[in-house]
Amino acid sequence: MLHIVNKSPLQRTTLESCLRVAAPGGAILLIEDAVYAATKGNEAEGKLRDALSRFKVYALVPDLEARGMGDRVMDGVSTVDYGGFVDLVAEHKNCQSWL
Amino acid sequence: MKIAVTINEGPYQHQASDTAYLFCKAALEKGHEIRRVFFYNDGVNNASSLTEPPLDDRNIVARWSKLAEEHKLDLVVCVAAALRRGIRDENLAPGFRISGLGQLVEAGIEADRLVTFGD
Amino acid sequence: MSEGTIKKFMFVNRTAPYGTIYALESLEVVLITAAFDQDVSLVFMDDGVFQLKKGQQTKGIENKNFSPTYRALDGYDIEKLYVEEEALAARGLTEDDLLVDVTVMSRAELGKLMDEMDVVLSY
Repeated sequence: MLHIVNKSPLQRTTLESCLRVAAPGGAILLIEDAVYAATKGNEAEGKLRDALSRFKVYALVPDLEARGMGDRVMDGVSTVDYGGFVDLVAEHKNCQSWL
Repeated sequence: MKIAVTINEGPYQHQASDTAYLFCKAALEKGHEIRRVFFYNDGVNNASSLTEPPLDDRNIVARWSKLAEEHKLDLVVCVAAALRRGIRDENLAPGFRISGLGQLVEAGIEADRLVTFGD
Repeated sequence: MSEGTIKKFMFVNRTAPYGTIYALESLEVVLITAAFDQDVSLVFMDDGVFQLKKGQQTKGIENKNFSPTYRALDGYDIEKLYVEEEALAARGLTEDDLLVDVTVMSRAELGKLMDEMDVVLSY
């Protein structure tokens, strides 16, 4: 299953909820303000790092670049463009947007 | 693959409509079919023909209308949500139509995937 | 056109009522989905569990109290209501505080159930 998250982990608990509930083996795509979760040195970095063993994690490049964070992606997180976003949706049987 | 999209936030206030638009464009470029785009909650405001952004900004409403025209997209605005927020046939932008929530459920049934964009 | 197809729809409710419209408009989608004879599950987690709190009195905020609708879901053959155990506990609530019968599930069970769905909508 593909889990899509769009909230900054520094302000909202959405990513935490997703990581808490999502079944291992799924994929997590960080878009919009959630791309901050994928950046090095942020306070919540540890939580996502711990999750890398259970989930494949992706971040949307145009959202990273728009926020000036394109060069700070933590190791283990893959980056995708909108085409890659579409591919992820197509590859997974279902998806859930954690609004 | 048939993909349906639903948008729950209005234009400009939130990035949801922008992300959904760029997602749809990428999906179409990859040869997927966008089965329907359904506008719900404040998302119905994406259909207002009264929207007039500054000239140096993107025109979110016109952009949806254009994409709909080019790809024969079905842009559906939820009637109950629209009436609550003052969106009616009189101020509906080209390419949009107002219909019931059943259109969202139907899209969920008929499409291979349903992707939500919201806050 | 889509007659005969039954998909598994899950509604993930994560927002409290009244502060925003999401809980109410989610319920409207739930009822329509049931009218299409689909397999409907409702999940309440995070602040979404507050939607089911007994004793909602909305007169003072001049909003419609839509909480009785949850009790009417039974009549639409919507019987799969799941509540995240940890979310209840974190809010000082127990099953006795809820206005409908629900199945309390652990986060792991919920995640597994979510994986089995065809369409997941979150409000």
